[in-house]
Amino acid sequence: MTDSDVKSILLAGVGGQGILRASDIMCMAIMEAGLDVKKSEVHGMAQRGGCVTSHVRYGNKVYSPLAKQGSINLLVAFEKMETLRYQNYLTKDATVIVNTEEIYPPAVNSGDFPYPEDIILFLKSNYRQVKEIDATALARESGNLKTANVVLLGAISTLMNIPESIWGDVIKNAFPEKLVKVNLTAFQMGRDA
Amino acid sequence: MKILMSGNEAIARGVYEAGVRFAAAYPGTPSTEIMEEFSNYEGVYAEWSPNEKVALEVAIGAAFAGEKAIAIMKHVGVNVAADPLFTVSYTGTNGALVIITADDPSLHSSQNEQDNRNYAKFAKIPMLEPSDPQEAKEFIKLAFEISEKFDTPVFLRTTTRVSHSKAVVALEDPLPYQDKTGITYNSAKFVMVPANARVRRVEVEKRMQNLKAFAENFSENRMEINNPDIGIITAGMPYNYAKDVFPDYSYLKLGMVYPLPEELIRDFATQVKNIYVIEELDPFLEEQIKAMGIKVIGKEIFPYTNEFDPGIIQNAMNKPDKPANIPAKSIPPRPPNLCPGCPHRGLFYTLNKLKVFVTGDIGCYTLSYMKPLEGLHSCICMGASIGMAHGMSKALKEKGKGKIVGVIGDSTFIHSGITALLNMAYNKSNAVIIICDNSTTAMTGMQEHPGTGYTILGDEAIQLDLPVLVSALGIKNIRIVDPYDLKNTRTVIKEELAKDGPSVVISKRPCVLFKRAKSKPQNPLQVDPEKCTGCKVCLGLGCPPISWKKMERKEGSKREGISVIDENLCNCCGLCLQVCKFNAINN
Ligand code: SF4
Ligand code: SF4
Repeated sequence: MTDSDVKSILLAGVGGQGILRASDIMCMAIMEAGLDVKKSEVHGMAQRGGCVTSHVRYGNKVYSPLAKQGSINLLVAFEKMETLRYQNYLTKDATVIVNTEEIYPPAVNSGDFPYPEDIILFLKSNYRQVKEIDATALARESGNLKTANVVLLGAISTLMNIPESIWGDVIKNAFPEKLVKVNLTAFQMGRDA
Repeated sequence: MKILMSGNEAIARGVYEAGVRFAAAYPGTPSTEIMEEFSNYEGVYAEWSPNEKVALEVAIGAAFAGEKAIAIMKHVGVNVAADPLFTVSYTGTNGALVIITADDPSLHSSQNEQDNRNYAKFAKIPMLEPSDPQEAKEFIKLAFEISEKFDTPVFLRTTTRVSHSKAVVALEDPLPYQDKTGITYNSAKFVMVPANARVRRVEVEKRMQNLKAFAENFSENRMEINNPDIGIITAGMPYNYAKDVFPDYSYLKLGMVYPLPEELIRDFATQVKNIYVIEELDPFLEEQIKAMGIKVIGKEIFPYTNEFDPGIIQNAMNKPDKPANIPAKSIPPRPPNLCPGCPHRGLFYTLNKLKVFVTGDIGCYTLSYMKPLEGLHSCICMGASIGMAHGMSKALKEKGKGKIVGVIGDSTFIHSGITALLNMAYNKSNAVIIICDNSTTAMTGMQEHPGTGYTILGDEAIQLDLPVLVSALGIKNIRIVDPYDLKNTRTVIKEELAKDGPSVVISKRPCVLFKRAKSKPQNPLQVDPEKCTGCKVCLGLGCPPISWKKMERKEGSKREGISVIDENLCNCCGLCLQVCKFNAINN
C-alpha cells in the first residue's frame, strides 16, 4: 500500500460555515463504506471567523490525517476566495468545487484590500474541473439557510464513489429528527447541482 | 463497535474504559474536549478547577485517597501546575495519577510552542505519546496501569494534531469502577520535608531504573524492520507522516518517550544502516540517543519549529516534489476576529481612544491587539496583565500616571489574577485593572467557572461575587460599566485613571454566544445610504457585518463610498449607532 492509493479531500472556508460538521458526515459515510479514514480539523482561536480547513483522507489504510502539499485532488471551498489560499496543496488536475458566497475578511471590510476578482476564471484556466455552486441560494430554497454545508456535501458526494444509500443513512443519523428532511433535500440539491 | 472519534474523545473514552471516574482540569486548547467528553459519562466526578495547579492538586488528593485520578491541561497549563508536579514525582501516587499535557506545535492556539516532553525528563515522570485516536484510547489505559504498578504519576502527551484529528476507533467495554478509596496515613511518603524528601529522592532514581527496564519490553515500543538501509526512530503523530511517505523503511516507534529503552534502540541500530530521528520541536529523543553513542540524523535536516506533515518529512529526507507550478493569486489575510456584538469591542475601542498602555491577558479579547481596535499592547500568559500593569506603573512613576491599564477576563482573573490584584492593593499601585466579565470562559468554548453559578456537571453552584472579592482584596475604587455604553465606559475609565491608588473597573456584559443569555438580539441595524457621509468612523470598530462599499463620486460631493451592514451577521449591539456622528445608523 503506498500513499497514492489514499485519496485526499480538502474542505476550506470560514469559521461558522459548518465545515467540520460536513467533514464529519463525510468521514462517517466513508467509514460505512468499509474504508479507513482520518481527518484533521482546526479548533479554538481559528474559529472566530478565521480560516477553517479540514483534510479528509481515505483508502484501505490511512496513516496521516494531513495531506502533503501538491497531493490533493479535490478541494471544496465553502467561501469563494478561500480556494486561492490552499493552491499549493492541489495537484494540477485537481477538481475544485466552489461556493460562490463571498465573506469579507476585516481587510476587505475596511476597504484596505480589494476582494480578489475573477477567481472563477483563474481557477478554470488552471485546474481540470471547476464547479461553481451557489450553496447559500440552494440552502435557502431547501428551507433552511444553515444547510449550505450539506448542499456542498451533496456536490462532493458525486465525486466520491460511495453508494447514495449510505449518504442517506448517515445524514439521517447525523441530525435531530426535525432537521433530517430539510438536510436530505439540501443534500439532493447539491448532488443535482 | 467502531466509531469515528477525535483524539480527545478517544482519550476521554479510554479514561472511562480504564474504570477511572475522577478528573480535574482547566480548559485550554487543544485539551478542552477531553474533560467535556469525560463529564458526559455515567457516574463520573469531573470538575473544572480554577487553574491547572489546583486541578493537579485535586487529582493528587484523590490519588492519595486511593482513587485513580486524572488531571488534564494544555502544555502551558503544566507550567502553572509545575510546583506540585515536581514533588508528586517524589511522593508517588497511592491510587493512580495520570496527567495529560496537550502540546501545540505550530501554536494554533497558544502563546508559545514549548515541548513538554522536557517535563518528563525534568520531573522524572514517565511519558507515553500516542500517534492517533485509537492509540490515544489504548495508551491512557496503559498509563494508569503503569501508574499503579510503579507508584508514579504518568504523563500522556498529545499534540493538537492527535487531539483534533478524527479516525476510526474500536470501543471496548469499560472496566467496572472499583472503590479502593480510604484514608491512609504515611508521613514518610506524603510529607515532603527535607528529611523525608531526601529518602524519596533516592526512590525516584530507583523507580526510573525500573521504568527503563520496563520500557525495554513495553509492547508499544515496537520495531518494524523492512528496508534495512534506512531506519526511522519516531513517536506520536510524526510516525504517521513518515509512514505516509516512506512506508517501506524500517521503524522504531516509541510509545513511551521517557524513559527510553536503550537496549532496544541499540538493537534497532544494529539492524539498519542509517538512522533518522523524526520528531517535532526539540531534539528530545535525538539528544538522548546521541548520548548513547549512536549516530543519527535529526535536527540537521528536520525543522525545530512548527508541526510537520508528510511533505515536510519527504522534502527533508529526499529531493522535494516538484510544485504544480500554478501562478499564485494574492489574497487578503483572514485572521480570527471578535464576534459581531462581542462585549469586548466597545471596551477596547474606548481603551484605544484613551491612548493608554494596556497590558493584556489570554482570552478572546487578546484579538483586539489587531487593527482596527489596537486596544491591547501585551500578552504573556494567563494572569500576567495585573502584575505587569503594576510593575509598569511602579517603574514609570509619574510618567505612568493615568496611562497604565491591565485587562483580564473573568475566567482568567479567577485562574491567576486574584493574588496579583491583592499585591496591587498591598503595594499601593496606581494602575487601573479592568475585569472583562462576560460570564463564561469564552475562547475555549463556553466553559463554566466559579463565577458562572454552575459546574461542568450542570449542578448549581456558588457564583463568585467579583465586587465583593475585589473589595476584600483591599481595592477601594470599584466601578461597574456596560461596555455597550461607550460614553459611560469612557467616562468611568477616565475618572479612575485620574485617581490615586489602584482601581478596578468591571466591564460586565455576557458573551454573545452565552448559552443562558436572557435577551435575544433585536432587529439588525441598517445604514441609511442618504445620511451616511462615508466618514468610515464605524469601520474603526472592526465589526464583521460592517463593510465599506465604494461608489462613484457625485458632482460636488466628497463621498467616495458608504458603510453597509450585513443584516445576517449583525447582533445589534448598537456600538456603530453610537459612534456615527451623522445619525446614519438605525434599526
Ligand atoms: S465568543 Fe464571546 S467573548 Fe469571544 S469573541 Fe465571541 S462574543 Fe466575544
Ligand atoms: S460612521 Fe456613520 S456616516 Fe460614518 S461611515 Fe459609518 S454610517 Fe457612514
